[in-house]
Amino acid sequence: MEKRSRFNTSLLPYLLVAPQLAITAIFFLWPAGEALWQATQTQDAFGTSSEFVGLANFKQIFTDPLYLSSFNTTIIFCTLVTVSGLVISLLLAACADRVTRGAKTYQTLLIWPYAVAPAIAAVLWSFLFNPSIGLVTYALAKYGIVWNHALNGSQAMFLVVLASVWKQVSYNFLFFYAGLQAIPRSLIEAAAIDGAGPVRRFFGIALPLLSPTSFFLLTVNVVYAFFDTFPVIDAATGGGPAQSTKTLIYKIFAEGFQGLDIGSSGAQSVVLMVIVVALTVVQFRFIERRVQYS
Amino acid sequence: MIENRRGFDLFCHAVLIVGVVLVVFPVYIAFCAATMSEAEVFNVPLSLVPSTHLFENVAHIWTHGSGSAASPFGRMLMNSLVMALVISIGKIVISMLSAYAIVFFRFPFKNLAFWLIFITLMLPVEVRIFPTVQVVSSMHMSNTYAGLTLPLIASATATFLFRQFFMTLPDELMEAARIDGAGALRFLWDVVLPLSKTNIAALFVITFIYGWNQYLWPILISSDQSMQTAVVGIKSMIGSGDTATEWHLVMTATLLAMLPPLAVVLSMQRWFVRGLVDSEK
Amino acid sequence: MSSRKLLVSAISLAAALTFGASQAQAATEIQFWHAMESALGERVNDIANDFNKSQSDYKIVPVFKGSYDQTLAAGIAAYRSGNAPAILQVYEVGTATMIQAKKAVIPVSDVFKQAGVPLDEKAFVPTIASYYSDAKTGQLISMPFNSSTPVLYYNKDAFKKAGIDPTHAPKTWGELEADSKKLKAAGMCGYSSGWQSWIQLENYSAWHGAPFASKNNGFDGTDAVLEFNKPLQIAHIQFLQNMAKDGTFTYVGRKDEAVSKFYSGDCGIVTNSSGSLANIKKYAKFSFGTGMMPYDESVKGAPQNAIIGGASLWVLSGKDAATYKGVAKFLAYLTSPAVAAKWHQDTGYLPVTTAAYELTQKQGFYDKNPGADTAIKQMLNKPPLPFTKGLRLGNMPQIRTIVDEELEQVWAQKKTPKDALDSAVSRGDDLLRRFEKAGS
Repeated sequence: MEKRSRFNTSLLPYLLVAPQLAITAIFFLWPAGEALWQATQTQDAFGTSSEFVGLANFKQIFTDPLYLSSFNTTIIFCTLVTVSGLVISLLLAACADRVTRGAKTYQTLLIWPYAVAPAIAAVLWSFLFNPSIGLVTYALAKYGIVWNHALNGSQAMFLVVLASVWKQVSYNFLFFYAGLQAIPRSLIEAAAIDGAGPVRRFFGIALPLLSPTSFFLLTVNVVYAFFDTFPVIDAATGGGPAQSTKTLIYKIFAEGFQGLDIGSSGAQSVVLMVIVVALTVVQFRFIERRVQYS
Repeated sequence: MIENRRGFDLFCHAVLIVGVVLVVFPVYIAFCAATMSEAEVFNVPLSLVPSTHLFENVAHIWTHGSGSAASPFGRMLMNSLVMALVISIGKIVISMLSAYAIVFFRFPFKNLAFWLIFITLMLPVEVRIFPTVQVVSSMHMSNTYAGLTLPLIASATATFLFRQFFMTLPDELMEAARIDGAGALRFLWDVVLPLSKTNIAALFVITFIYGWNQYLWPILISSDQSMQTAVVGIKSMIGSGDTATEWHLVMTATLLAMLPPLAVVLSMQRWFVRGLVDSEK
Repeated sequence: MSSRKLLVSAISLAAALTFGASQAQAATEIQFWHAMESALGERVNDIANDFNKSQSDYKIVPVFKGSYDQTLAAGIAAYRSGNAPAILQVYEVGTATMIQAKKAVIPVSDVFKQAGVPLDEKAFVPTIASYYSDAKTGQLISMPFNSSTPVLYYNKDAFKKAGIDPTHAPKTWGELEADSKKLKAAGMCGYSSGWQSWIQLENYSAWHGAPFASKNNGFDGTDAVLEFNKPLQIAHIQFLQNMAKDGTFTYVGRKDEAVSKFYSGDCGIVTNSSGSLANIKKYAKFSFGTGMMPYDESVKGAPQNAIIGGASLWVLSGKDAATYKGVAKFLAYLTSPAVAAKWHQDTGYLPVTTAAYELTQKQGFYDKNPGADTAIKQMLNKPPLPFTKGLRLGNMPQIRTIVDEELEQVWAQKKTPKDALDSAVSRGDDLLRRFEKAGS
């Protein structure tokens, strides 16, 4: 960090950081500590009796095949949302970069799903795919496909992925488009003179130059798929059928809220905390590095 | 445009048009459904032509709600608005103050403060759901605006954004202020704040949408229907089958709930796009 | 006395009277958190208003808190931070959880005793009260309020179209299968069901005189193990799986989704809660009838009796004696014949006292509303056996979810009934052991 001048007043900086630190302490650090403690207890629902059981809750969840399969579900869900989200938005951005007429209109029309809440995206698509009255259900039936995501696990997964990706494409599109626009025209013209067609230019020049953006979006999308998609699952499938859309975060909610099992929910929360720490470290290491080489 | 490849251009336009259609289609259908009466919306297949009942649906849902929630939707929209505004303004103010302190001051425990704020990045609400609910409950803040907003106001991302921006401000600015005899607060108000306008605008859009679209937290903290927010309220309108879902009303509510964030994004599109993309550089 | 002294005493007397009077007029507020949505919630508000108007000492404040899950979670959160409501409505599958929280809950019979309000436990319909009573002493722990049983609904017009006699609901599972086949042949969906764990396993077991779990379905101890994977239940699930394969049984969801399939005219026969009657009456555009749950005539002793679903009212600890007196009076009001009968008639829930049932009969309600007494008749069919009084199992909501998940695999033809039920029992037993440990 470069040398810079600073103010030297003594009390003011403390007052300035105080609000954020106070809220951080009360609503972040204290509950996080509580979660760690609760993970080592078994309690009845009302908390009237509480017994320290060490790592027993952790042992129980890691030997529970359903908890382990929810890891699986989460990874599949994350991968589908991230990969399709990135590929589709990249395709759209590349095309928007190519066309000169109407680019602004396309951009405006494509970015506004960012404003839509994930829960609402889920409601919209659930309505279209409603097993009884959905428009898409009706159309699929004409081709002989029976749509019932209350019964079919893969269809349920498809629905939540679709709603999640629909919303996220706009965010990814913004960044890819800006990234493509920032590529110097001279580079592209030089390649064209050398005889490279648009497809070759894309894969040879644009894509490598986009790699910092792609990496950034990759981490953002993974975090989004992990956490911000809880509303999508809750609104569209409720984790069903038969656990096929129960991701890690959904399980924590379901077990704590419906199952009233604070110990198990706490242990799962701790596991999730570890995963988030890992993801954050990755994100910051690579973003910081990216800042350096841009 | 480098060379003229008609076919390729048409392909690109086609792709973009398909993209736009897929993006717009669900909302168009929602709009159609919102204009229909109960009987019309249950028609299979749904008509692709809007009907005429939009205003009565809006009136009905505003005052009566629907389904098991049956709480006036107008009230829920108000709750969402309060929540979004308090969170966005609160976040911006608090983060700006913290970032200002961290960048422009030298004080003991500065690094500790920085790291404590950083840690919150690793503690999204989902990993501490129930303890946070208990803390809020023991402070008697359940079912209050304070409980809905305060826990979400401390944001490390906003602080880092401001920090990064402040670090790009040249030293000369501060020197000039010192020479003029301006104190720290004067410098903040007269110099730093105006320069941060783009960042603030972008952050406002982002945090307003964040606050408006909150789902998990309102579910946990508001059990009174009168304190429920719009986004959550819509989900609870979808019946489990015993009470038929009044889809025409649900879609009306969905449209209403989408309007404010949409208005914010579209009206501030320029700053928002610039601020968002620049902030990650 | 000097006139001055007189004035002073007059003023102090007046002040004492006013002050004293306003003291007495400050009615004790009693919070009542419930999960009764829309029309049901309005009925609850009416009852509370009537009670409040009838006296001035207590004010019942009903608050709708969402679904049963949400209401219970809200109640627990409030209790943990010291501001619990006095009355909390908890669904039947939360009974074991509530009983386990001994310090948080005051048994209803104790509340009445301490308040000096008489409570006649025998006035309640036996199979309803037994669900919420102490197994050994027979005393009420929570107050029955809204209870339902599974009931069969059938589409009379669809029956006519398919060539089935519309005056006669299918009585046995065999008849139901035959009727469904005819419905399917006429181009309709045959049979569907909601709440599969409650109807097809819990009630099926009780209706056929079999236990669902050991220790009399958990009434006698938290060390119970599940027992619904016996040949009886496996055969029934196999029967339904065959129907699913034939296309005569369609599964549409874990809760009440089947009801909308019925009143939209899709499925001709459906089994669901007796509480669905109100919605079916509202939305069905055809003539329909009700019947008792089907039974298998090959099973000796069938049909036995049905077990209830729904919820009851619990009294939470931590309040003062005045509050509890008000609670006792309100609960007594709720279960008075006129109030209980009106609640039953307005909502479709069972009448909780025999007096309410008889009053409804006398009023000719069942003559005007045929089918409204199917549910209560199922409850009174036979005196309950020790293991057909209901269920008292910990983590029951999660056990139901497990059963839902396993059965869904059966309907998708992915698992055999035996494997699914065995798996459900083993997973459920794990949860029971966890619950047992948590309360120790």
